[in-house]
Amino acid sequence: MLREGIMRSVRTLVAAMLSLLAALGPALAAEKQGGILRLYHRDSPGSASIHEGATYSMNVPFMPVFNNLVIYNQTIAQNSMDDIVPDLADSWAWSSDNKTLTFKLHQGVIWHDGKPFTSADVKCTFDMLMGKSPQKFRQNPRKSWYDQVNEVTTNGDFEASFHLKRPQPALLALLASGYTPVYPCHVSPADMRTHPIGTGPFKFVEFKANESIKLVRNENYFKKGLPHLDGIEFTITPNRSTAILGFVSGQFDMTFPTEVSIPLLKDVKSQAPNAVCVVEPNNVSTNIIINSSSPPFDNLDIRRALALSLDRKAFISIMFEGQGDIGGTMEPAPQGLWAMPKEMLEAIPGYGPDVNANRDEARKLMQKAGYGPDKHLAVKVSTRNIPVYRDPAVILIDQIKSIYIDAELDVVDTAQWFPKVARKDYALGLNLTGNAVDDPDQSFYENYSCGSERNYTNYCNKDIEKLFDQQSIETDVAKRKKLVWEIDQKLQDDVARPIIFHARTGTCWQPYVKGVTVMVNSSYNGYRYEDVWLDK
Amino acid sequence: MFAYIVRRLVLMLVTLFGISVIIFVLLRIVPGNIVDILFAAAGYVDPADKAHLEHDLGLDQSIVMQYLHWIGGLARGDLGYSYVSEKPALDEILPRIPITARLAGLALMFSASIGIPLGVISAVHQGTRLDYALRVVSLSGLSLPSFWLGLLILMASVSLFGTMPIFNPHPKTWSEAIAIYCVPAMAVGFRSAALTMRITRSSMLEILRQDYIRTARAKGASEASINYRHALKNAILPVITVIGIEAAFLIGGLIVTETVFNIPGIARYLVEALRWRDYPIVQNLVMLIAVVVVFTNFTVDMLYAAIDPRIRYTD
Repeated sequence: MLREGIMRSVRTLVAAMLSLLAALGPALAAEKQGGILRLYHRDSPGSASIHEGATYSMNVPFMPVFNNLVIYNQTIAQNSMDDIVPDLADSWAWSSDNKTLTFKLHQGVIWHDGKPFTSADVKCTFDMLMGKSPQKFRQNPRKSWYDQVNEVTTNGDFEASFHLKRPQPALLALLASGYTPVYPCHVSPADMRTHPIGTGPFKFVEFKANESIKLVRNENYFKKGLPHLDGIEFTITPNRSTAILGFVSGQFDMTFPTEVSIPLLKDVKSQAPNAVCVVEPNNVSTNIIINSSSPPFDNLDIRRALALSLDRKAFISIMFEGQGDIGGTMEPAPQGLWAMPKEMLEAIPGYGPDVNANRDEARKLMQKAGYGPDKHLAVKVSTRNIPVYRDPAVILIDQIKSIYIDAELDVVDTAQWFPKVARKDYALGLNLTGNAVDDPDQSFYENYSCGSERNYTNYCNKDIEKLFDQQSIETDVAKRKKLVWEIDQKLQDDVARPIIFHARTGTCWQPYVKGVTVMVNSSYNGYRYEDVWLDK
Repeated sequence: MFAYIVRRLVLMLVTLFGISVIIFVLLRIVPGNIVDILFAAAGYVDPADKAHLEHDLGLDQSIVMQYLHWIGGLARGDLGYSYVSEKPALDEILPRIPITARLAGLALMFSASIGIPLGVISAVHQGTRLDYALRVVSLSGLSLPSFWLGLLILMASVSLFGTMPIFNPHPKTWSEAIAIYCVPAMAVGFRSAALTMRITRSSMLEILRQDYIRTARAKGASEASINYRHALKNAILPVITVIGIEAAFLIGGLIVTETVFNIPGIARYLVEALRWRDYPIVQNLVMLIAVVVVFTNFTVDMLYAAIDPRIRYTD
């Protein structure tokens, strides 16, 4: 009896140990230390200061240098409020009136130059972002993100609070973006552009414009055991063909994230069949900007006709071999968190499956506005002179021919594109809009709010503006979603900025690169690389 | 001779002054400056920030003042600051010069060492299969764009050897160093070699029909002596002129080749600086190229006298 009992206990113990080993197995086998991760970079970023840039060309190489207060979990592809994890802040809490957000900061963190990190650095960073600091950024493109923040206060060295004018649950999402690192008080914005100092897993070594960017492991990183890599090296390789050849020949461990087009992806898979490739949306929409303040597009009928003429599937099949998504302002589901349900989307004029019926209706609207087979409307479609803009613009011109609009392509040099749009010196334009965070606050206020700098079309609807605030204050996610859907539907009905499609792009890495997660609802937030390791 | 050289040097200075004015004015005529580009990239414009930045970069001054500031700096050896990297322009340009110089030098060497002998061979064997084959090679060299040839070489390299010559500032082996510089130099020098070959061939054909060549043959000189001592020596003048002109044109080919082979030289940097409207870099680089071209022309002119004793520069 005793023997049986002992045997049973031994069996149970062995079984328990086996299951423990099975559970820990992959973890024990994983995460080798060392090695340099080699990537190519698509272009030479203008500077190293993330706060002064608005392109992920900066986030990819420099996000590993920094930490945020909080960050989207870097191992989960979909950014959501539930997956925001501590970074420089150990914990956070909202006040009962939802107007104060307090962070308890991690102690013992040091900057790469050896100085201690304190709450003063947090205050400093956000004061500068809000324009309240004597030190100024040369450019501050996301100042409007903090419109609802009254002030940032500190309580001792390790507590910082954001005091808001009104509740804004989305503030936490904005703080978790790759665009929101904490900067050191003691380093000037000018120095941060050329030699950034952070607290992050990798230290900046050098940035040779048009040549390379080098980062090295931060031995004093406050997250124990991280990072796994000894360093990261980016070789700036603007020529796509050379870059892809470099990847397939094994000279790069990874492509530049979300930069491999669908046709190039086929080349990669045929020449490097072992490469791991993923194709994901990146929350960038291709859309039409319409100058509704002057003729002919001040006529709502013509704007509606334009929206009805679009064959979105044709765009996606021509440009992405079917790998794209149709949606409204917010990124389509399942990757996007705030997308309208399919039936709601298809009820919007122009989104229905019968393109011919839509175009019949569009032609009637054009005839009502005085145009027809004998009198075509002549316009220019302005766009930036780069392929991702130019290619869909050409397809657009072809499609609107079917509703009596004869359009001519007007390609504009990058340096002139934004000033031209800001001057409203266009009738019809084709534009790309990238969203740093999959949250309606960022998208709606930035692109559709009256007076916003990025509201290129000057669309202004006070009723919808009220709904923007209503959804922004709402803490119940289900209720907020319904409001967001209603807003998105109204924006499409109003032809505020007709969304043509949401693109998908590819990222590839060699099979020995582990721990890479490509974010599916933003291309700005997933480049900390502290979890990445090389299995070789 | 001395007076001629002095006259040429003065003319060179006037030419360089003209180029400096033209490039300065042209750059400012092109729509948009770096401030526009920075704000275009950020997707917003804050007029106060923009004015502040323009003031910081000195772009709010008159063109004349900006020009005088630049020329004054040049005279003192101060090339200004790169607007993009915010580093001294000299620090950005200097490390790139040896890379492009090496590449250009190798390309010219390739062009001369391949083009001249093949041109002679082609002329000497005029009308034979060898001549036709060499003419096809030279025609293909003239018609293949160097970016396409460069890509083809890279693709073949990956397909045959599983690797490709990507730039490394510190090559570990000789073979790596040779691959890094020689392969792109061949890609960019191929067109120039083809042109040199054609000029050498036609110039040689003309010389080979001269009376003194017939006399040399009648005197029993060997074919090698006739071709290389008597004919080539007299046929080389137009070839040298072409090589001199090609040295100036090379920068255009190098822009493409440096991009395709990802070489961080001055040619690719110039394009990048133009994209950002980084005036101090563009102005100084164009001036550097102008100086190289003007001196190359001067050297070629001086070489004429050294090679052909019949040419004398009189005062």
